[in-house]
Amino acid sequence: MCRLLTADRRLYHQTEPWRHPEGAIFRCNGNGTASFAKQSSRGFVLRLTAATMASTEIARQAGEGARAVPLSGHVGFDSMPDQLVNKSVNHGFCFNILCVGETGLGKSTLMDTLFNTKFEGEPTQHNQPGVTLKSNTYELQESNVRLKLTVVNTVGFGDQINKEDSYKSIVEFIDAQFEAYLQEELKIKRTLHSYHDTRIHACLYFIAPTGHSLKSLDLVTMKKLDSKVNIIPIIAKSDAISKSELAKFKIKITSELVSNGVQIYQFPTDDESVAEINSTMNSHLPFAVVGSTEEVKIGNKMVKARQYPWGTVQVENETHCDFVKLREMLIRVNMEDLREQTHTRHYELYRRCKLEEMGFKDTDPDSKPFSLQETYEAKRNEFMGELQKKEEEMRQMFVQRVKEKEAELKEAEKELHEKFDRLKKLHQDEKKKLEEKKKTLDDEVNTFKQKKTAAELLQNQAQQAGGSTTLKRDKERKN
Amino acid sequence: MSEAVVPDAMVSPAVGGLYGEKAGGPMLDFSYVGIDAILEQMRRKAMKQGFELNIMVVGQSGLGKSTLMNTLFKSKVSRKSVLATAQEKIPKTVEIKSISHDIEEKGVRMKLTVIDTPGFGDQINNENCWQPIMKFINDQYEAYLQEEININRKKRIPDSRVHCCIYFIPPTGHCLRPLDVEFMRRLSKVVNIVPVIAKADTLTLEERDFFKKKIREELRANGIDVYPQKEFDEDAEDRMINEKIREMIPFAVVGSDQEYQVNGRRLLGRKTKWGTIEVENIAHCEFAYLRDLLIRTHMQNIKDITSSIHYEMYRVRRLNENNTMVAHANGIPEHHLTAHEM
Repeated sequence: MCRLLTADRRLYHQTEPWRHPEGAIFRCNGNGTASFAKQSSRGFVLRLTAATMASTEIARQAGEGARAVPLSGHVGFDSMPDQLVNKSVNHGFCFNILCVGETGLGKSTLMDTLFNTKFEGEPTQHNQPGVTLKSNTYELQESNVRLKLTVVNTVGFGDQINKEDSYKSIVEFIDAQFEAYLQEELKIKRTLHSYHDTRIHACLYFIAPTGHSLKSLDLVTMKKLDSKVNIIPIIAKSDAISKSELAKFKIKITSELVSNGVQIYQFPTDDESVAEINSTMNSHLPFAVVGSTEEVKIGNKMVKARQYPWGTVQVENETHCDFVKLREMLIRVNMEDLREQTHTRHYELYRRCKLEEMGFKDTDPDSKPFSLQETYEAKRNEFMGELQKKEEEMRQMFVQRVKEKEAELKEAEKELHEKFDRLKKLHQDEKKKLEEKKKTLDDEVNTFKQKKTAAELLQNQAQQAGGSTTLKRDKERKN
Repeated sequence: MSEAVVPDAMVSPAVGGLYGEKAGGPMLDFSYVGIDAILEQMRRKAMKQGFELNIMVVGQSGLGKSTLMNTLFKSKVSRKSVLATAQEKIPKTVEIKSISHDIEEKGVRMKLTVIDTPGFGDQINNENCWQPIMKFINDQYEAYLQEEININRKKRIPDSRVHCCIYFIPPTGHCLRPLDVEFMRRLSKVVNIVPVIAKADTLTLEERDFFKKKIREELRANGIDVYPQKEFDEDAEDRMINEKIREMIPFAVVGSDQEYQVNGRRLLGRKTKWGTIEVENIAHCEFAYLRDLLIRTHMQNIKDITSSIHYEMYRVRRLNENNTMVAHANGIPEHHLTAHEM
């Protein structure tokens, strides 16, 4: 007895070979699988159920871990997807696109065309010294869905003479977004619910329409990015290539990507409702797109197009370019899958590498699980030890420097003292000389004064003697 | 390097408005970008992944817990239906028995886990009978936390956290017993509690209203915040809806898994000599409100509150515990430690 679930979600259980209304003949293999003997003209998808699938008709059976239980009435939890969707609508969505490509390939125009709006910004110059990333966030709304769209542009990519380091700033940017999310996730008090997710969900890689093959810069960059982000390669300005050249170009690109081991994003084919369209689109990669925000009147409608003297390239015409396919795949069919892949594959890989780098392991060599707490403690002790060592070192250095400075100052002081002493001595010598001179001068003055006094005395005496003689004569006369 | 800019040409109504105006061609609408297709994508993903719900039922034996579970999910999900040897003896301590079921309705698959607590409140001395239950709930949080901080972790961490705990109040008609108050006070901090009045067909409508009012007063007086919690209302709309619900809790429910013929229809009910109580009739009992709250409208909300509030609180507590233990070991005063562990 086996049960089959067909693509139209009908459940069959049979034992003998039987015919499905669509025309295929099935046979039960008795071990839970079935094979079909003839394929119907429609070639629909057959899906076998596992034991966990339940329906209202099947009897209950004991499974491992969980039993499948039939419901005898309407319970109402089929509204769960609606509840989930409503909550998400209230919360809003966010989507981040990274556009990588040389200047002048029409990245900004394509974004404008994709989202039917004019994002701000003017064309960048070609003289940037390095590659920088500029990101802008926009809030778009369509019916009741609010989307926070972030478009990140690589400015100056491919413009330098030496392009060896071009990819580095892109990889750093992507890693920085992962790091920010990781930090938020590791916080103690965290608010993941309202966190604005800036991780890049899709990377549109713009290939220049040379018609020959990929440039080595493209290959190197894509190889560095393929494990970090979902890469969707597109051929920009594809109205420069003719149809036959385009087919050859696409084949060449795909083979080069495969031979270099570049993992580009494959649209998922496991969900049956979109498997078909996704697998056809996978074969059309890379998409050849044309972007335009100008409208031209064709027939009686205004369509987005690029007008040339020899004709008009309509952006949304599938025979002219793959723009419609890109929009279908990027936005209308796989946006959620892109976000999921980013979170579950690329982010997890980054997280694992980062944590392992920091020295955390899940199990130690005896394969007993490491308690995270022990690892924390060990790490913290190590860190503290290092800090202390550094502090010691700095202290030593400081002390040494102080000593040196002190010695220097002492030297200077000594010098100054000597100089002072010398000057003082000089000054004293001078003073002494001056004093001697003064003394000599004084002596001379004294001698002169003595002589002068002596001379005056003599003179006086002489006068007196003369006077006294006169007096004597007078006296004598009187007498 | 990023700024939130609303492009001036655009803003919301432009696209939506153009959508209606371009009536030129029948198919392609050139201004339609297709962002809202993400809702469909999410729905597809949700259907593929399926949902998980873990409900715990707590109450004395004989209050109709198993029957209520069976009625809620319209199938034999209770412990007694599953275990071949249904234990008639009341266990000596509180045991925790958890059974998982896979149910599917209209393509939506759900893994329902019913956690039963036989032995609760049945002993003579019921002190600390909530401890095994609290330990169980915290163990589930711990398991989730361990998986989350693993380096190699699974794509989808299996969620075994208890989303909702239905507490059965015996229909005495007077007021809450000390055991009820104590249990709800402790557990409302770690899990969403939905109190229900069990076997409500023993109360008349007036008695029921009086009982409910009394219970609400006591809950308020003791500071017990049951689901839907006042503090987690997000906006005015939520508050309005939740206020209406808060005016009705605890729901007075009657459970039954047997069908009877009433007015020509087969309905779930309890047949007595004086009449048949229809389980899904809101004039008879409030089971329909409980089912709508739990399953049809607030299931996602319940899970969100568990994962973003209760679990986060546990995580903060647990990681801080680590911090303080390490701090005391190293002699570093707590205020020197930063929030970042790494």
